Amino acid sequence: MNVLVYLVPMALALGLTGLAAFLWSLRSGQYEDMDGAALRVLGDEDLP
Amino acid sequence: MAEALDLALFVQHRDGTAHMDLAVEGVACAGCIRKIEGRLKQLPGVVDARLNFTNRRLAVDWRQSELAPAELIAALEAIGYPAHPFQPERAETDEAQHMRWLVRCLAVAGFAAMNIMLLSVSVWSGTDMPQETRDFFHWLSALIALPAGAYAGQPFFQSAWRAIRSGQLNMDVPISLGVILALGMSLVETATHQPHAYFDSATMLLFFLLCGRALDHAMRRKTRSVAGNLAALKAEFAHRFDGAEVVRVPAAALRADDRLLVRPGDRVPADGVVLSGTSEIDESLVTGETMRRAVTAGATVHAGAVNFTGTLTVRVTAAGNGTLLDEVERLLDKAVTARSRYVRLADRAARMYAPVVHATAALTLAGWLIAGATIHDSIVTAIAVLIITCPCALALAIPAVQVVASGALFRSGVILNAGDAIERLSEIDTVVFDKTGTLTLPEPRVANAAEIAPDLLERAARLALSSRHPLAAAVAREARDRVPFEDASEEPGQGIRAIIDGAEARLGSASFCGIAQHEPTEPGASTIVFSHAGRAAVLVVRQTLRPEAVETIAALREHKLDLVILSGDRAEAVSPIATCLGISDWHGGLNPAEKIAAIEALKAKGRRVLMVGDGLNDAPSLAAAHVSLSPISAVDITQAHADAVFLGQSLAPVRDAVMIAHHARRLMQQNLLLAVLYNAVAVPVAIAGLATPLIAAVAMSGSSILVTLNALRVHARREPIRIAISATDNLAPARAT
Repeated sequence: MNVLVYLVPMALALGLTGLAAFLWSLRSGQYEDMDGAALRVLGDEDLP
Repeated sequence: MAEALDLALFVQHRDGTAHMDLAVEGVACAGCIRKIEGRLKQLPGVVDARLNFTNRRLAVDWRQSELAPAELIAALEAIGYPAHPFQPERAETDEAQHMRWLVRCLAVAGFAAMNIMLLSVSVWSGTDMPQETRDFFHWLSALIALPAGAYAGQPFFQSAWRAIRSGQLNMDVPISLGVILALGMSLVETATHQPHAYFDSATMLLFFLLCGRALDHAMRRKTRSVAGNLAALKAEFAHRFDGAEVVRVPAAALRADDRLLVRPGDRVPADGVVLSGTSEIDESLVTGETMRRAVTAGATVHAGAVNFTGTLTVRVTAAGNGTLLDEVERLLDKAVTARSRYVRLADRAARMYAPVVHATAALTLAGWLIAGATIHDSIVTAIAVLIITCPCALALAIPAVQVVASGALFRSGVILNAGDAIERLSEIDTVVFDKTGTLTLPEPRVANAAEIAPDLLERAARLALSSRHPLAAAVAREARDRVPFEDASEEPGQGIRAIIDGAEARLGSASFCGIAQHEPTEPGASTIVFSHAGRAAVLVVRQTLRPEAVETIAALREHKLDLVILSGDRAEAVSPIATCLGISDWHGGLNPAEKIAAIEALKAKGRRVLMVGDGLNDAPSLAAAHVSLSPISAVDITQAHADAVFLGQSLAPVRDAVMIAHHARRLMQQNLLLAVLYNAVAVPVAIAGLATPLIAAVAMSGSSILVTLNALRVHARREPIRIAISATDNLAPARAT
């Protein structure tokens, strides 16, 4: 059962990382224009 | 006509950079994003241009000194995207912030619920788990659940606290109580090495409820942003004298004592007094009267009236005494204060529910104590009752339907202003219509179009495209090919002429076209004559019924609703419309106070009235009615007091709104019944002391999913679905460019 001492904090840390990433993406306005983001990838300005 | 356009009202300045938001029409595909942003970035001085495709809004930043805001609009217009400057409403920014907060709470609750469930499932399945490990898992759960609950529970705690402080009881009170007790008891149980902890139930409950709240809020934000765009599209511009020069300014920028130029075909942008000029104005949007009124220097004019014949100079007046607007505002204040606050179905359910649940918990405690159980066991069982009855299903039962129903309404072209409009709409038994602009189209049409030779009508309509006169505008709406003839020349007060196929064509007064004078055959109608190569046609222009008006009225009558027309127009004008629609209960020539009196009389008889109206004179009666609807063409003050606004020309959204609301009401009641049934099964289990955390978790999620699925059935109706996006197109009154 000693393995839990590593596993549980690791699971929590990973979960918290996910939560932090989501909160960051929310703060940086990535959900402001959901439909636009889907269409912008179709633009090809970046191609050489 | 090159005239300066002053948009200073909409531009925000930040150290040398200017910023403006625009609502853009006609954005439909990925190419549009590139075209619009690319074109603007080519302009000198533009720093950034970003189009939000979801809400069709464009944010532009540019170096202030290098570019005038009007050039941006001109550039967009040139590539085929009419854009309208836009000022985000305060309410909208506040809601965006609230939404972000709800989503943050949702994310935290989701994270906590998932991780705690991971630990809980281990505890439930590990029957041979040593007590130390179980306690360790419970402590871990507590470590996650307590801070997460304190953070993610805030929306409920705050609302519950507000309700309690004002001596009210809402659904958030039992929710908060359930969550806090579940967390508190679990903590005590963990500290005393007991086998059962309810951390998973508490966080899962928060997660489900926050999902419902966030969806509800997202739906409301979506409709509000569409409403905001429509307001920007509809915004009126005024021609203001700045010294001797005439500048186009947004009507919102007008101040008292500004002098305005109002040309024929223009709407009067603000209330004022005529300084010079004589003309006839059409006040159908203001009073419902379809007969035009002659005005001359000294006369009072109201915002929303259409100037017909001559150019006027108007001085803007602040709301003074004795004007129609003051009368309307006085009546409005009275109607709004007299209106009893509507208690929503969910809150009514909560008022019955909370005392019953809390009494049951108290009785459980007493019962177990009397039966000889220990104090600890009795308290745990009583709290388990509170947890299992924590109204997860009940709290989702109504918002879930609300979200789906407002989505369905949105697709039918109905935008909700008030959160409880659906519930009130479902209770009505009488529908009161205004006539002018509500049953009829807001702009006049050629009434006898079917009797005129199609080629002649088409030519008349294309010729009319070159004129700004309101009667010509009505004729121009018949044009299929919207290309004006070249070299058309207008003779003020007479008509318009051009050479078509080698012969002169004229559109205007009878004498201008060289035929005998025709008197309008009915009140409120005007005639305009078209002559070309020896042929002539007399076009009768008057207000016509909205498309699908007859079908809508028939459907409403079939629905056992009483129908009434209350109009500010003269009885002779109301009577033919009422006959045509088969409505026997109609009244004409009513002023705003008499309209309210008529509605109050209906209310006194116990009727629940849906008022549909658009004029300034309807605003007080909209506020007095049980629930109200307004077409998007209504004046601003009226729209602001309507519970919902419908888009487009057709009257069908009124029928759809009533039908969807009825259907939604039935589903809300079903959902409440489901929630009660769930409790009827779960509560005895909890009273018997058998509600383990596993049973609580399964019962809660099961009932929540059940009510949500039932709510989705609003979608499954075979209602004709109109796409709201296209409805913005018929909003635009044939814009003269």
